[in-house]
Amino acid sequence: MKPSRIVITGVGLTAPNGNSLAEFRANLLTGVAGIERTEIRYMGSQLAGLCHYDALRHQKKKDVRVGTRAGSISVYCAREAVADSGVKWEAVPKDRVGIYIGCTEHGNVETENEIYNISKFNYDTKFWSHYHNPRTVANNPAGEASLNLGVTGPCYTIGAACAAGNMGLIHATQMLRLGEVDFAICGGVSESVHTFGIFAGFKSQNALATHADPHKASRPFDLARNGIVISEGGCLYTLERLADAQARGAKIYAEIAGYHVNSDASDYVLPNPTRQAECVRASLARAGLASRDIHIVNTHATATPLGDIQECEAIRAVFGEGCPDTAINNTKSFIGHCMGAAGALELAGNLPSFDDLTVHPTINVDQLDPQCALPGLVLNQPRKVAKVDTILNNSFGMLGINSTLIVRRFVP
Amino acid sequence: MPLTANMTKDECKKVVLDIIADIAPDEDLTNVKPDIRLRDQLQLDSMDFLDIVMELRKRHGIEVPEKDYQQLASLDSSAEYLAPKFNALAPKG
Repeated sequence: MKPSRIVITGVGLTAPNGNSLAEFRANLLTGVAGIERTEIRYMGSQLAGLCHYDALRHQKKKDVRVGTRAGSISVYCAREAVADSGVKWEAVPKDRVGIYIGCTEHGNVETENEIYNISKFNYDTKFWSHYHNPRTVANNPAGEASLNLGVTGPCYTIGAACAAGNMGLIHATQMLRLGEVDFAICGGVSESVHTFGIFAGFKSQNALATHADPHKASRPFDLARNGIVISEGGCLYTLERLADAQARGAKIYAEIAGYHVNSDASDYVLPNPTRQAECVRASLARAGLASRDIHIVNTHATATPLGDIQECEAIRAVFGEGCPDTAINNTKSFIGHCMGAAGALELAGNLPSFDDLTVHPTINVDQLDPQCALPGLVLNQPRKVAKVDTILNNSFGMLGINSTLIVRRFVP
Repeated sequence: MPLTANMTKDECKKVVLDIIADIAPDEDLTNVKPDIRLRDQLQLDSMDFLDIVMELRKRHGIEVPEKDYQQLASLDSSAEYLAPKFNALAPKG
């Protein structure tokens, strides 16, 4: 039996350079990055991508105080996505809704805060917050969204390092096809800029970007790139089976065409281009597409010296020849690495290409690294193209988790 | 609020209200009735009462054992219960 067609009907996001898809896209087309300096506990001033959405738009002050940043981002994105979908939310049976949110990590921020808190009380644990456990359970971001929206169906997070954003959409697609839910809110979120541990960890790994100009710090494929800019963010979509979306006359952004998830099984942190290429090829096969049929490849590249080269090796293996219509770009050059939100946000940044036939560029490439010189790279300025029918989105993560998602222009 | 040798009941009520203002920032506290249970006039749950207990501990060094939680039910009962505790902590002379 042919699997149900699954479509994207709503988008809600907050990125370091925009709090709606329209604002985000406008900034991607005009070269506006969103990196700034921020104080990180124990480390001082660091570069980071911070979101400036209005949390009180959808939450009470108390919910913001009691909950987590990841939970707040999830609520904001979920509410915005539902509103964007145009669905009559009051009429949606909430037990038939699922929320699937990809996370790189969760609980570091809250645990660090509590340890810092009790350090002021001679490490006496009677000062440890009774909110610690509900804040740090791995399902917290999805749980806060379920509380806020009154969703009583399956709501949980998917831990998949920085491949997680795509995984939210992939899992939602599977659950819709299985008939487990009728409406899915899915994607990825990250609050990682609020944990010094992530910064210190990347710094100890010599993988934290430095640059005098914050907006130029995230520079995938540039010869002078020197590491990751850590960012927070979130992007959640509403996904529905095509028949349901059509029945209510929904606006359709795109159709899920194919996906694949695999694992390197080779290293804790080093990517594996062979497995990455396998992941991309398998997603193409599921979509019934050849590599030449892909019009935009959005790369995962985080601007680490080695990681970018390895992803380029994987992409070259699949798209290196015979793909004259394939444009390649990178969104992290604007917003840094939004960790669990990265895949979902980066897909969103490219979705409007179906309408405006423009590929947003990879900025901050002053001198292209010859080892990253892929044909089709869109550098520094947006590129008008004749056709955008397909977008392939890569997201890879530590412990060797790879995810590729392909969406296509919706054609009834 | 600095501890004085003789905390009045009104000062004790203010201590509790200041804490509630922080833990329940959406609530209007201008007309809280001191003799009515806090939960009957404000949106407070059991976790919020744990917050009040925690903040009394953090800010004022006051311990409220679990068996005494009911003493914090209203502002009046809180003041009645807390005044001797504050005054036991306050510097003498």
